[in-house]
Amino acid sequence: MTTTTRNPLPASRWKESWRSFRIATWLGWQIESNWTDPFLFAIYSIVKPLAGAAILVVMYGIISGGNFEDPLFPYIYLGNAFYIYVGAVMTGVSWAVIDDREHYKTLKYMYAAPIRIPAYLLGRGVARFLTGSFSVIVTIVAGVLFLHVPLNPLQADWLLFFLALFLGIVMLAMLGLLLGGISLLIVNHSWFIGEAVAGALYLFSGAIFPLEVLPAWLRPVGFAMPMTYWLELLRRSLVGNVAQAFPTLATFSNLELLGILLGLSVVFGVISVFVFRRCDHLARERGLIDMTTHY
Amino acid sequence: MSDVLQPYSHKATGWRLFLKTVFARAYPRVIGQQREKSWMFFEIFMPMLGVASYVFVYRAIGAPEEYVGFVVMGGAMTAFWMNVLWSMSSQLYWEKEQGNLALYIMAPNSMMAVLLGMALGGLVASSLRAIVIVVLGSLLFQVQYVVTDFIQLLAVFLLAMTALYGMGMMTASLFLLLGREAWHLSNLAQEPIYLASGFYFPIKHLPFWVAAAASIIPLSLGLDAMRQLIFPSGFALGFLNVSLEIMILVGLCVVFLVGASLLLGYMEKLAIREGRLTESRR
Repeated sequence: MTTTTRNPLPASRWKESWRSFRIATWLGWQIESNWTDPFLFAIYSIVKPLAGAAILVVMYGIISGGNFEDPLFPYIYLGNAFYIYVGAVMTGVSWAVIDDREHYKTLKYMYAAPIRIPAYLLGRGVARFLTGSFSVIVTIVAGVLFLHVPLNPLQADWLLFFLALFLGIVMLAMLGLLLGGISLLIVNHSWFIGEAVAGALYLFSGAIFPLEVLPAWLRPVGFAMPMTYWLELLRRSLVGNVAQAFPTLATFSNLELLGILLGLSVVFGVISVFVFRRCDHLARERGLIDMTTHY
Repeated sequence: MSDVLQPYSHKATGWRLFLKTVFARAYPRVIGQQREKSWMFFEIFMPMLGVASYVFVYRAIGAPEEYVGFVVMGGAMTAFWMNVLWSMSSQLYWEKEQGNLALYIMAPNSMMAVLLGMALGGLVASSLRAIVIVVLGSLLFQVQYVVTDFIQLLAVFLLAMTALYGMGMMTASLFLLLGREAWHLSNLAQEPIYLASGFYFPIKHLPFWVAAAASIIPLSLGLDAMRQLIFPSGFALGFLNVSLEIMILVGLCVVFLVGASLLLGYMEKLAIREGRLTESRR
């Protein structure tokens, strides 16, 4: 006779988490990409981000009279390009809850299966990370080739770039988990929550304009967000001198910014894990896991 | 014999049935959306975030203040575009997913009336959101308006909305044949349309033929004409003369409404023949 252990050994837990993550990644990729042929999927992945960037380029071009040499242009362009990750990763992880519960109606089976739900949700976000990366690369390459974004691959600080990118993606995934937890508890607003948070952060994190432009009473919100430091580090690593021309974070060194990003990521990560566990517990208690609203 | 089997004595036929169907489909659009207060909040809050972001970009690059007004107007118009995209074009796809579409087809009413009801209900509900966005945006960013011709302004708005919702009715029948692609196509038709239709800048700044091609979307010319009529510098930044834009909008109304009727009949037959009315390709 066999018995199931409720608290498996740590090694077993890791194994189970890794398996959940890996399979969820594959599943997420299938969901994201198999609705059409690869060519149309590639077009879809390119057109949307390029159009978003083009709106800003046209706005900037109209007012500046086509002066793309000003440091403000790469500031706006790169900030907008990397912000694609926020929508892709953060919203991607939390969307998996809504997709599985409301659309595919499979969330209850996921809970019944021998998998780790947080690892599963994070895995579902990987597909969005991959498609998001494709969009980010295409947007930046287009900016370098056609709009004179002053990015010289030989002068870029790649170590700083990949370090900041990695930290940022982990931070965004953890925020996605936080939103995923909240999505487990709410019904009527779950469709909006990811987009609303991403939209608010777009405004407050200085993604497309320096924080000085915001009214003074709103700036502290931006300074409390890890995305603000993350985007600054990414800009500095790619177009160092240009990014440092703006006073917002000019007094901080790269190392200090990394430290702040790491600290805020840890804080938000811990909060995310705590909130997810609590929401997960409440959702099970209230019978919300298999609830569908037909909205 | 139970009452259930008694023949229904208040049958409506002809135009009465058509109007009743329109009203019946418009009712949940208007009442249902106002009943969910939190949705109203999000549907106003999210476009406002976009508006605020673009306003601050213009302020960062030192744009003249009327551009702030252009952004507020464009942000308000996104309420209509989103409504057409997600609650008109994709609606028959959603209905199919939930199993209602077959009931619509079986019922003795006109599908054109169902679509018209959706359009009218959506138009009323979106107008409320658009008004709130304009009022909030104008107060927050101190936008000044100088209306030069109220009659033309009203005509432009009504024509643009008729053409836009006519387009939504036409694309709804196209989406009838789609599965999961519907969601992705609606998603894809946001930023590119915001760009081509000049939601956040005057389309005069686009190359002429690009702006001309974008004029197939009724909001492009509608927005351009409205900006000319309510901002002091609007005429200088207009794409075409307002009278000409009104005439083109009349043409678009006819094309889209007739197109919707023809396409709906064809797509309905095709979907029945291919057995796609009840399938759910998740």
